Amino acid sequence: MRTNVHVKKRVAIVGAGLTLFARRLLETPAELAWEAASRALGSAGLALKDIDCVVIGSAVDGFDGVHMKGEHIADGAGGLLRPTVRVAMGGGTGVMVPIAAWWHVASGLCKTVLAVGEEKMSHAYPHPQAVFAYIWHPILERPLGPNLIWIFALEMAWYMRECKASKEDIALVSVKNKRNALDNPHAQAAANITVEDVLKSETLVWPVQLLDISPVSDGAAALVLADESVARRITDTPVWIEGVGFALDSSFWYNRDLSYPRYVEQAARMAYKMAGIERPWKEIDIAEPHDPFDYKELHNLEGLMLARKCEAPRLLKEGHFERSGELPTSPSGGLLGMGNPIAASGLMKTAELFWQLRYEAGARQVKKAVHKAVASSWGGLMQTSTVIVLSR
Amino acid sequence: MEIPGKYVREEELRKMKGVIEYVPKAKYSYSAGQALSVFLRGLKEGKILGKRCSSCGRILLPPREFCESCFSPAGEWLELPQTGRVETASVSYISAKRGKLERPEIVAIIRLDAPGYRGDEPEFPGIFHRLCGVSEEDVMSGRVFGARVRARWRPAEQRAGSITDIECFERW
Amino acid sequence: MRTAIVGIGWSGFRPSVPELSFTEMMYEAAVRAYEDAGVDARRDVDVFVSCQEDFWEGIAINDEFAPDPVGGVMRPTVTVAGDGLQCVGQAYMMIRSGLAELVAVEAHGKPSDVKTLQEIYELALDPQLRALKPGNPFFLAGLDAVAYMRRSGARREHFALVAVKNRRRGLRNPRASHAASIELKAVLNARPAIYPLTRHEIAGFTDAAISVVMASEQKARELRSEPIWLEGIWWSTEVGSGSVEWHEWGSMPSARLAAKEAYRQAGLKDPRRQTDFAEVEDRFSFMELLFLEELGMAPEGAHKLLESGYFDAEGSYPVNPSGGSLSLGTSFEATGLMRLLEAVLQLRGEAGGVQLRGAERAVVASWRGVPSYTSAVAVLGR
Repeated sequence: MRTNVHVKKRVAIVGAGLTLFARRLLETPAELAWEAASRALGSAGLALKDIDCVVIGSAVDGFDGVHMKGEHIADGAGGLLRPTVRVAMGGGTGVMVPIAAWWHVASGLCKTVLAVGEEKMSHAYPHPQAVFAYIWHPILERPLGPNLIWIFALEMAWYMRECKASKEDIALVSVKNKRNALDNPHAQAAANITVEDVLKSETLVWPVQLLDISPVSDGAAALVLADESVARRITDTPVWIEGVGFALDSSFWYNRDLSYPRYVEQAARMAYKMAGIERPWKEIDIAEPHDPFDYKELHNLEGLMLARKCEAPRLLKEGHFERSGELPTSPSGGLLGMGNPIAASGLMKTAELFWQLRYEAGARQVKKAVHKAVASSWGGLMQTSTVIVLSR
Repeated sequence: MEIPGKYVREEELRKMKGVIEYVPKAKYSYSAGQALSVFLRGLKEGKILGKRCSSCGRILLPPREFCESCFSPAGEWLELPQTGRVETASVSYISAKRGKLERPEIVAIIRLDAPGYRGDEPEFPGIFHRLCGVSEEDVMSGRVFGARVRARWRPAEQRAGSITDIECFERW
Repeated sequence: MRTAIVGIGWSGFRPSVPELSFTEMMYEAAVRAYEDAGVDARRDVDVFVSCQEDFWEGIAINDEFAPDPVGGVMRPTVTVAGDGLQCVGQAYMMIRSGLAELVAVEAHGKPSDVKTLQEIYELALDPQLRALKPGNPFFLAGLDAVAYMRRSGARREHFALVAVKNRRRGLRNPRASHAASIELKAVLNARPAIYPLTRHEIAGFTDAAISVVMASEQKARELRSEPIWLEGIWWSTEVGSGSVEWHEWGSMPSARLAAKEAYRQAGLKDPRRQTDFAEVEDRFSFMELLFLEELGMAPEGAHKLLESGYFDAEGSYPVNPSGGSLSLGTSFEATGLMRLLEAVLQLRGEAGGVQLRGAERAVVASWRGVPSYTSAVAVLGR
């Protein structure tokens, strides 16, 4: 395997838009896609007629309750009468959307691409947990009647043991991200909470408690990508996609050590190599690692090589990952603070870095100067990672 | 700046006209295939069967027709010991549909005692199953990690060729 | 920069393959494709692409099971919820962008594992439409067929003729498990299944897995003396499945738009003259005629040309010389790759009993099926 053999074209992000993230929104899936898409177009000063190609991302059809969901929301995503394609990588979908949009532009076949992520989890009634029953291997796992959180609990317990991290150490992620979300008007779960609040919340599957998890949500997010000539024409501050990476590990998740996400490292190395980054822990200024669960942010940070193995809990405690810290992580509020409409929340992370790199994040703007940023989404049976590196 | 999206509360939704309730009728009969069919037949007979990759020598449990690391056909079948160690475990207080469970369920990843393995490899023949005879406290205190366990089988006449033919893994 | 198909492999092609799991079918197809290309999946392939949909698989988050059977574990693997040809399109873009030199594309379908096929199709309809309880969701194709008859002047006989042509042709193709020796009369006398189509005019379902290995020009020349060039590929979505009312009934603008760009990439001005045959959408008999018109192959009216034998295997412009979907069946997202497979084998001179003589260039066109209005078109050449 050898990727990034001779990438030549530069691809920029020139616009971004989000809907509200909430437990239940009135809008249909297509309407949510449209709201985010039109917001992104507007921010780039473009109209739909200026768009050549569309990439849709949506994780699980079962949530919206519609089979072939990409076709279902194609109209809302601006995909009619143009080439439209949907990527679906479970939790990894969010960052896969701008990656797929990247190769649309980098191929020279599309000058502008609208990238839209949408998820409407409230359609699954009474609770989206029932849909998650279908992620498991139908013969080896489903007969045991697993719920989604089992697998996270098994991984979290392994990480805690391997890294001698306590529940208190990990709860700090939830505290930080929910607090960061207080400055995000799109957020569903912003709050000023303490470590005790997390530890007192309902234990769902030990060691996972209610406040360790991002809530289920409805929402959509969109980006506009453009090739260099278009980008330079429409904005003075394009944000460049410097590197993309993705990797999938084996579906046999109970045949390997889960305490370290080797597939995240694999995806990150691919993206960093393209971006010419050799020492990510020094060169990356700001990160939006995937945080559907609090420990996942630490796990992803280590996989992204922004902290050494088992080092993330200590750095967190020292304030390293705060907005005022050396390497702010999830300044948006992350999924823990923003809510987690799966494909949209991953795309939201890329959008947040776009705003941060343009110094447009308002109250959320991090203290330090930012030049290079990385976002990741994680998914599947502890196996999917998608990584994007941006610069200004 | 106004943010698109209108939040709807549960009670409001129930009162709205035109809400469509629809239960997907999705039924499947998944073909187990060459490898898992033999594995399931083995379970019915009270055996845990794995395969050995003829290229890298790795033991594949659950068995598959091909070794995904070498991308070559898996080799011979072998019966594996029914004992192993708990790598990680959790205690579930909720059901698959998010309801509260009366009695918590304890599940684990078990590293099987496979021939030729030292026991600390990052990749290993493993099984995902329930634990029995283990308390919540055993898990939360970390006592159960590394504990020796063995398969407890359902009575032969109740076995159906399913992963649940193993009732659970118990300490010994 | 040119892109080539350097390897292709398949598994199944029967209405039911009970002895293999879907991953085992994927593995078999992939092994054959890599062997055909002369590459080592683990060492040589840069990126893996898989086309599938959750509810076809019966597994939510279906990318979970994508990497293992194609050699994509711990490699860049991406899953796309679209027809296999759209996956080929993604690979084409990755190679053109310089991201990769060698990309493996996979799509599979195991409809025999799905016990409630009609209900799964129904689940793809907009919830508002489902509430009307419209019965068999294929009614949408019936609406298009009737609209097409009115627009074009084609009659039921023409549709039946497509079914006879393709089902009979498939008798020479070992992969065509739905081929049949049927007479025009039998087709016309059968009770319509979805008016105006009888069951003979609706493709059956097939379990199949197909893998394709694609390469940059330089890599292709290293691997094969005569690769098949992917001269152009594009896709388009006309309306969403939530906005079917906007569809231009009796037409297929998605195929028209996809063809226009694929032809531009391939430098085709007059596709019928510049290509030698086509493998096109025919899962409903009338679709073959509709697609031929949208592909610019029949300005005179496709049904008139069909009558004259123009599209027969021995005719001036053979269409679906493989037997098409009416003979091969459809296999969810692998359907487009089924057409691609047949075209590649044909161009290589490896089509056996259905081999045409001297075919140099082909058009492949596929629709994503009810209730989508998405199509993809590819141009292949030797």
